[in-house]
Amino acid sequence: MNFSFTEEQSMLRDTVASYLADHYSFDQRRAMLAQEPHWSPAIWKAFAEELGILGAPFSEELGGLGGGPVENMIVMQEMGRALVVEPYLGTVVIAGGFLKHSSHPNAETLIGQIIAGEAIFAFAYAEPQGRYNLADLKTTAAKDGTGYVLNGHKAVVIGGAYATHLIVTARTGGGQRDAEGISVFIVEKGAAGVSTRDYGTVDGFRASEVTFENVKLPADALVGPEGHALPLIEKVVDEAIAATCAEACGVLSKLHEGTLEYTRQRKQFGQPISAFQVLQHRMVDMFIQVEQAVSMTYMATIKLSDDDKARSQAAAAAKVQIGKACRFVGQSAVQLHGGMGVTDEMAVGHYFKRSTMIESAFGSTDHHLARYEFLSLGQAA
Amino acid sequence: MNLDFSPEENAFRQQVRAFIKDNYPPELRAAQDSGEPLTRELYLAWHKVLAKKGWVAPSWPKEFGGTDWTPTQKYIWSEESAAAETLPPLPFGVNMLAPVVYTFGTEEQKAKFLPGIYNGEVWWCQGYSEPGAGSDLASLKTKAERVTADDGKEYYIVNGQKTWTTLGQFADWGFFLVRTDPDAKPQAGISFLLIDMKSPGVSVRPIITLEGGHEVNDVFLDNVKVPVENRIFHENQGWTCAKALLAHERSGIAGVARSKRNLEKLRQIATTERSDAGGSLLSDAFFRRKVAELEIDLTALEFTELRTLAGESSGKGPGPESSILKIKGTEIQQRLQELALEAVGHYGAPFLRDLGHNAGVGPDYAEGLAGDMFNGRKTSIYGGSNEIQRNIIAKMVLGL
Repeated sequence: MNFSFTEEQSMLRDTVASYLADHYSFDQRRAMLAQEPHWSPAIWKAFAEELGILGAPFSEELGGLGGGPVENMIVMQEMGRALVVEPYLGTVVIAGGFLKHSSHPNAETLIGQIIAGEAIFAFAYAEPQGRYNLADLKTTAAKDGTGYVLNGHKAVVIGGAYATHLIVTARTGGGQRDAEGISVFIVEKGAAGVSTRDYGTVDGFRASEVTFENVKLPADALVGPEGHALPLIEKVVDEAIAATCAEACGVLSKLHEGTLEYTRQRKQFGQPISAFQVLQHRMVDMFIQVEQAVSMTYMATIKLSDDDKARSQAAAAAKVQIGKACRFVGQSAVQLHGGMGVTDEMAVGHYFKRSTMIESAFGSTDHHLARYEFLSLGQAA
Repeated sequence: MNLDFSPEENAFRQQVRAFIKDNYPPELRAAQDSGEPLTRELYLAWHKVLAKKGWVAPSWPKEFGGTDWTPTQKYIWSEESAAAETLPPLPFGVNMLAPVVYTFGTEEQKAKFLPGIYNGEVWWCQGYSEPGAGSDLASLKTKAERVTADDGKEYYIVNGQKTWTTLGQFADWGFFLVRTDPDAKPQAGISFLLIDMKSPGVSVRPIITLEGGHEVNDVFLDNVKVPVENRIFHENQGWTCAKALLAHERSGIAGVARSKRNLEKLRQIATTERSDAGGSLLSDAFFRRKVAELEIDLTALEFTELRTLAGESSGKGPGPESSILKIKGTEIQQRLQELALEAVGHYGAPFLRDLGHNAGVGPDYAEGLAGDMFNGRKTSIYGGSNEIQRNIIAKMVLGL
């Protein structure tokens, strides 16, 4: 049993943290988001070339750093602390996950392109009607000779605007909510018939509504088993959940630290408001939530390599804990900043917006509670 | 980062499990199962077996009888003890007083007091709280005046009242905080005294708690004569000992292993009990959600405790996360008790003392659940209330 980080892992954290401190301050981020293209290709290039972190979870033979889920966790935590919008999650964690867990013929090439910062991925899985059910799919991929023809509409594809490639879940068979009949495809965003409507999200990311109209896909667009890809999707989504929990830990720790700092400076009734016990206890409860979130993130990350049930249960439990922490810590931070908490000028509001979106990312607290209940307690009556 | 146990650790677990299975006193097991109040002998039965084995005090330094186990071994020990529902050695001597004695005591004091604690020959109780000094412990008023007696030796003459003295009715000796300098600032005038409970002037009066049990007591001290050599550490510096005692043994305070066991029992009960719709209570949408949330909370606490443990293993000492353990641990224990009572429905109500135990009223598992829940309210109050814990975290961890 061991909860400590290796020297390499500590170095990775320091490298990412110090780079972001220099190049991704709150003001730098705000200026960057205010102008086209609303993200920073230069930062992405630096992630690839200066820091090498786009290879963090890939093997050294493929040009990566030889890490795994723990490295993703470390990077994502720092991304959370700086509110980074660049698509590490979609590209390295999710696309990287699909490529690592399937034997795709071009996997090595694509991973090489990811590490080099050339291929950027977004995960097009949600649909307008499907809520958080990964199997609720109307998008279809019909067999067409050796390839496929893709039709459908994907909702709120985070990072869709920056992507060169999409990872798309679609039905190659079965009914709308069946577990069977689901496949995963890599689709070049520039392919004929792919159209995207890009917009900003409330927390500073760029997302897209993506429609596919008779998009012709070659046979090797398929990733994983045809028609039986739901377990693979669930595995990669659990990895994305663990990484998002790690990002949340970064966001939450900043919210908590920022609140401590603000209440020490702000004076009312002739003293710093941090001297008031009612505020102190609220900040202690925030601290407890942050630490519990960190514990659960470790737990879910370590258990990503367990069997499907244990892994899913761990990811669901972590997402529940993090969802609750996001709500409590985010809202408390705004409350303790008083009027300043609801201004655009202060960082706290921006962290709060991100923490609120994380609450429902890859499934809300209720969704994951129900999932956890099923896995731990069995079928409901 | 990993959760794996080494082959040696797995072997240790097997060894511990077998030892408990083969050596746990059957008469104690029977008494625990019946729910009867325990006698003094039964309280000490397992303690004495462990003393022979050398496992009474895993966390003590080796020279005084500690086991020299790694934090992981201690964790395994607490898991196995909880799974087997053993009655742990009484904490007053082993966990509370002994660290003060071996940290602050003289060689004579160590030699005189540690063996009795270890072997379970001397039953200790705690004299800290007073009617007017609860959360504000340093305001205590029990007075100790230093005098030279006719025999030419120095004594303290102690007068005052202590309260909430757990199991004081069985105690041979007690460790007391007393005021030796009434003019100093509150924390500066306190001394740490060991008092023989058979001394003239010591009297113990039961306090009956709301579930009907006699666990705690008032202790009255009326001109009690205590030899000066029974003081631990310097005069007026007893607060240092008191603080050290409170900081000791943070890990374990969360009670994770016991709560896991109780959660298992709750699930059993909820599988047997019926919901309004006729299915198992565990399949009821509202009840299962509460169980699931509690289970997740307990997992979070478990991993926070494991992080604390890992910090200790690597020699960093417990980090800030350890301060959470008391608050979350007791909240979870109380929640488990609430849900168990809720689960048994009507049969939470019978108070069966008049009919005797195993009276055949309702399911066996329902008996005593209300009492446990009532009694369990103490956990967020004792050992520094959870509000005081928050004050401590605010000050010591957050620097507010």
